Amino acid sequence: MALKEVSLRVARGEFLFLTGPSGAGKSTILRLTYFNERPTSGIVRVSGVNSEHASRREISKLRRRLGIVFQDFRLLEERTAEANVAFALEVTGTPRAQIGPKVSRVLTQVGLASKSTAYPKELSGGEQQRVAIARALVNDPFVLIADEPTGNLDERATRGVFQLLREINAAGTAIVMATHDLDLVRSTDYRTIELNRGQIVYDSTDTPEPAA
Amino acid sequence: MRRTVRDASAAVGRAPLLSALSITTIAFSLFAFGLFGLVALNIRAALQQVEARVEIRAFVADGTDAQALAAAAGDIGAFPEVQSVDIVSKDQALTRARRELPEFSDVFESGVLPASIDVRLKPGFRDPATVDSVAQRLKSYPFVDDVRYGEDWLVQLYRLRNIAGVAGLVLGFAFAAVAVIIIGATIRMAVLARAEEISIMRLVGATDGFIRRPFLLEGFAKGVAGGLLALFLTWTGMHLIDRYLHFHTVFFSPWMAALGVAAGALLGVLGSAVAVGRHLRAL
Repeated sequence: MALKEVSLRVARGEFLFLTGPSGAGKSTILRLTYFNERPTSGIVRVSGVNSEHASRREISKLRRRLGIVFQDFRLLEERTAEANVAFALEVTGTPRAQIGPKVSRVLTQVGLASKSTAYPKELSGGEQQRVAIARALVNDPFVLIADEPTGNLDERATRGVFQLLREINAAGTAIVMATHDLDLVRSTDYRTIELNRGQIVYDSTDTPEPAA
Repeated sequence: MRRTVRDASAAVGRAPLLSALSITTIAFSLFAFGLFGLVALNIRAALQQVEARVEIRAFVADGTDAQALAAAAGDIGAFPEVQSVDIVSKDQALTRARRELPEFSDVFESGVLPASIDVRLKPGFRDPATVDSVAQRLKSYPFVDDVRYGEDWLVQLYRLRNIAGVAGLVLGFAFAAVAVIIIGATIRMAVLARAEEISIMRLVGATDGFIRRPFLLEGFAKGVAGGLLALFLTWTGMHLIDRYLHFHTVFFSPWMAALGVAAGALLGVLGSAVAVGRHLRAL
């Protein structure tokens, strides 16, 4: 989905909802933030990395400081929960001695310490999403980007995952979450941006002149 | 490096069938190439044997002083193209003629055949032009009556050699291209089988180099394994031909065999690099 004239800034530690119908451009905005796509015009800046001249290497380095979570979890089926989380540390060259403690810390944080050796197919949807969140958190990101993280979950699991995201945000990590779930959005007073056909149609903070 | 090795071996362990398939594919592609190489090698060896018989014979006038002959032979031996020089006296010429052509042995009488200086050239100097230039120089000696070297035959031999060389080059190139394409496709399959893993690696911030390394190592290992297997198949094929068809063949020298395995390794690494590179660019 193409975006038109979209301009927004996410502050450090902020919780931001992106809402709007399918194809409104929510996922596109998220992909732009982790440089999976580059804008054809305009600029995306994330923590000093600029879309106009970011190298692939800079993008890799940036992604180590971002947490990314998807609707379909994207776990590796043939690895256990802890191995999936450890994967994010291994591929970024973390010394092996540090991997174990970090993994058990985040698995405890997401409430899955007891299921660390389970394979994804042995876990419920909510649990799989928690593993994915643990993987996103393990590198201590400054922002967590979540694309419909509750889209595949039942109501109970949705509430659990959402509660977890709120806790993560309370600890200082910014969260940008795309969602269809208006009940979830209305249940809080977090900033909400609504998109339609690639344009921002509503911003709850209603900043008069949004920058960047 | 340890992680690269671990990742690469884990990848092979997770998909043993696919790995076996790529190794076999590499092996058979290189085997086809190897068999072709063996045929080319044997044709070349046969031609070289024929070529080694290229000889220039300068017939010497009767009554030439033996000392002058010996001095001339020394001069000729110093030509850069010349491998060996033999002085054949009239008697020796007769003996040789009787031995080589026994059915005419009663025709030859003592003194019928002239003495000669027989010159063999070094490998690489046996082409018609060089042979002719040496023959001309031999002719310039006053006591040399005539110089013979089988011009027609030599020209034919070289034409055959050139045809074989060009055909070998074209066919060899075609075989190599087919091998590269097949090997590239197999490795691409291995990369696609791990597409999800690669995309997750990218998302959590692995660099291209980090993602590429295990694949390159895997490609290298598969290439070496495929190369060794191909070498074994070629060697077995040659022995079967030797044993059942009684056709004695020349096999690759150890150096050439090592080069073949190295070619397998290079194909594995390049194939992987291209396949992963193409995949990474799309992410």
